[in-house]
Amino acid sequence: MKKKDIILAGVGGQGILSIAATIGYAAVQSGLYLKQAEVHGMSQRGGDVQSHLRLSENEVASDLIPKGKADMILSVEPMESLRYLPYLHKEGWLITNSKPFINIPNYPEENLIFDEIKKIENHVLLDAETIAKDLGTSKAANMVILGAAFPFLDLEFEKFEEALKFIFGKKGQDLVNLNTKALKAGRQITENKLDKR
Amino acid sequence: MQKQLLLGDEAIAQGGIDAGMSGIYAYPGTPSTEITEFVKASKEAKEKNISANWAANEKTAAEAALGMSYAGKRTMTCMKHVGLNVAADPFMNSAITGVNGGMIYVVADDPSMHSSQNEQDSRVFGKFALIPILEPSSQQEAYDMVHYGFDLSEKLGVPVLMRITTRLAHSRSGVQRKNHVKQNDFKLPEDLRQFVLLPSIARKQYKKLLNNQDNFLKESNNSTYNKYINGDDKSLGIIACGLGYNYLMENYPDRKVPNPVVKVSQYPLPVDMINKLYDECDEILVIEDGYPVVEEMLKGPLNKGKKIHGRLDGYIPRDGELNPNIVGEALGFPKTKGEEIPSLVAMRPPSLCKGCSHIDAYLALNEALEPYTKGRVFSDIGCYTLGALPPFESINTCVDMGASITMAKGAADSGMFPAVAVIGDSTFTHSGITGLLDAVNDKSSITVVIVDNFTTAMTGGQPSSALNRIGNICKGLGVEEKHIRVMNPLKKHHEENVKIFKEELEYEGVSVCIPTRECIQTLNRKMRAKAKAKK
Repeated sequence: MKKKDIILAGVGGQGILSIAATIGYAAVQSGLYLKQAEVHGMSQRGGDVQSHLRLSENEVASDLIPKGKADMILSVEPMESLRYLPYLHKEGWLITNSKPFINIPNYPEENLIFDEIKKIENHVLLDAETIAKDLGTSKAANMVILGAAFPFLDLEFEKFEEALKFIFGKKGQDLVNLNTKALKAGRQITENKLDKR
Repeated sequence: MQKQLLLGDEAIAQGGIDAGMSGIYAYPGTPSTEITEFVKASKEAKEKNISANWAANEKTAAEAALGMSYAGKRTMTCMKHVGLNVAADPFMNSAITGVNGGMIYVVADDPSMHSSQNEQDSRVFGKFALIPILEPSSQQEAYDMVHYGFDLSEKLGVPVLMRITTRLAHSRSGVQRKNHVKQNDFKLPEDLRQFVLLPSIARKQYKKLLNNQDNFLKESNNSTYNKYINGDDKSLGIIACGLGYNYLMENYPDRKVPNPVVKVSQYPLPVDMINKLYDECDEILVIEDGYPVVEEMLKGPLNKGKKIHGRLDGYIPRDGELNPNIVGEALGFPKTKGEEIPSLVAMRPPSLCKGCSHIDAYLALNEALEPYTKGRVFSDIGCYTLGALPPFESINTCVDMGASITMAKGAADSGMFPAVAVIGDSTFTHSGITGLLDAVNDKSSITVVIVDNFTTAMTGGQPSSALNRIGNICKGLGVEEKHIRVMNPLKKHHEENVKIFKEELEYEGVSVCIPTRECIQTLNRKMRAKAKAKK
């Protein structure tokens, strides 16, 4: 692996920084360099938020990913995944939750959003809430989404398990297990899709 | 020790904790807030007895820090760029008094105005005050420069400005810590008149500052943070300031720039290096985040020398934050871009939280104001500024901290009636109190609405400096008690609140309405903590 540039997208309050923290921990444990630009302040109040997460074997220069160079858009909200298309590399992957977060009056029709997502050849569109709910709690939805990104991250799965232990360990083994299961469920979805190709 | 993943802000805070800082003073403001928050939350800082304080405003913060420096200790004061306007008085004058213990002003600029009302460049202020400026290009440099900055401040006898921008403040990277430095012992200034800026003394002190400029320049020319990097292609020489250096490097995957480069992270400008670059190269490109400060200095008003490119001749846009694409295009690289954003993607502006007390306050105020023509509400800086957007569209101004009350007063003095001010509790104690005193003294007919949610909400819920004392402060300033109306902004009290607003809008004199209900974010946080404690 040379580098992975990831745009994390969502709405303020949806917890994209917990995904960033998990990847970040796994990356640092794998001996990689990292820079991660976050959005703090006013936009966190229900506005669109994004984080530029850059992993590399070599030291990272810019805190921001150049347009057209991102390897992946990882989004917890379908419309938000589209907002960052100018950043995505032609061969990059768009991985997004399908459940809309509607807090504006002019939110577009769901199916039209899905049509746009499907125009991107490399995409994974998944209903993370339902998958997480089946496992026990919809709160693990973000970990399902992260799991779906796993096959493209070139990191060892054990490093993610360690990250979950580190992040959720204080809150009990049950939560670690649940999130690990969620991670595996997301991973399965992408692997199935790749097998079909 | 393993590297720690830290935000730029946190790296500066950790730098202070490790570099012998005894106290930090700040008023919260995006993107600077996390510096002081980190110190306040740090166990190490507590063990070391480091005093971490939220002040009423940036001016009181800077003055307290200067007092700590007077006592011989190392100290830091942090603010956003517009906060430095508030602290401009101590900032400018502390350059003249000089310091005793090392003092760093950390000022976080916000190019592109992610969370601000302008994008002023604090390097201009540093130059104005004639003090050294540090502009880190990475989280590691930000950490290291706190150590370096304290040493520099004590060596040169002046405060040092550390200028960062949002991108560094809120980006995380690995930081390697240095050995701890012991805090200074208490020590009074050797000259007990150093800080007495009576004209006769100030003139001497100012001359001292002017004579010191050569030393500042020498430090810059020899600083390890300023670098001359050779390159074979002399058709263009590049000056890259602060984060601009990273965006330059991003455009060369092997990190080898063919042109000569001067990396600038310390000011005054390292003139020796710039001179060499100018002599060697045909043209110069200046890459700097914020204003074209360096570019203007090199060009001068006559612009008669070699071609200097940058923000002033359109190589780089005149406003807004830099990024790798903008810098790439200035270097002549082709545009890189993925697919366009589909047209169906809608804007998603920030909004008041569900259950926010400001919503009920605005709904009642809007109804009470229905009989009058629109455009009568002066407001301020805080979450309630979002009341300018639909569906409320309740407010007509947002200029600077405290300007709601004073602008309403000016408009009222011109005959506008009713004239309304909407201000938050923390903004009121920051800069609203003096304006209200003016209004009381002049018997101006204004209705001041202090939306009291017990916290500094927009920056993440820092304490409100006059918690539960807002009404009493108004009374103390001379507002008549029967025109200080505390109200409960809840849907079920809507009719009652409309009635109170209506009565006070018609009062010819100063009245204060205080919709009082805790911020929903801090309330939820407390409830969660309580639930956790029960477990």
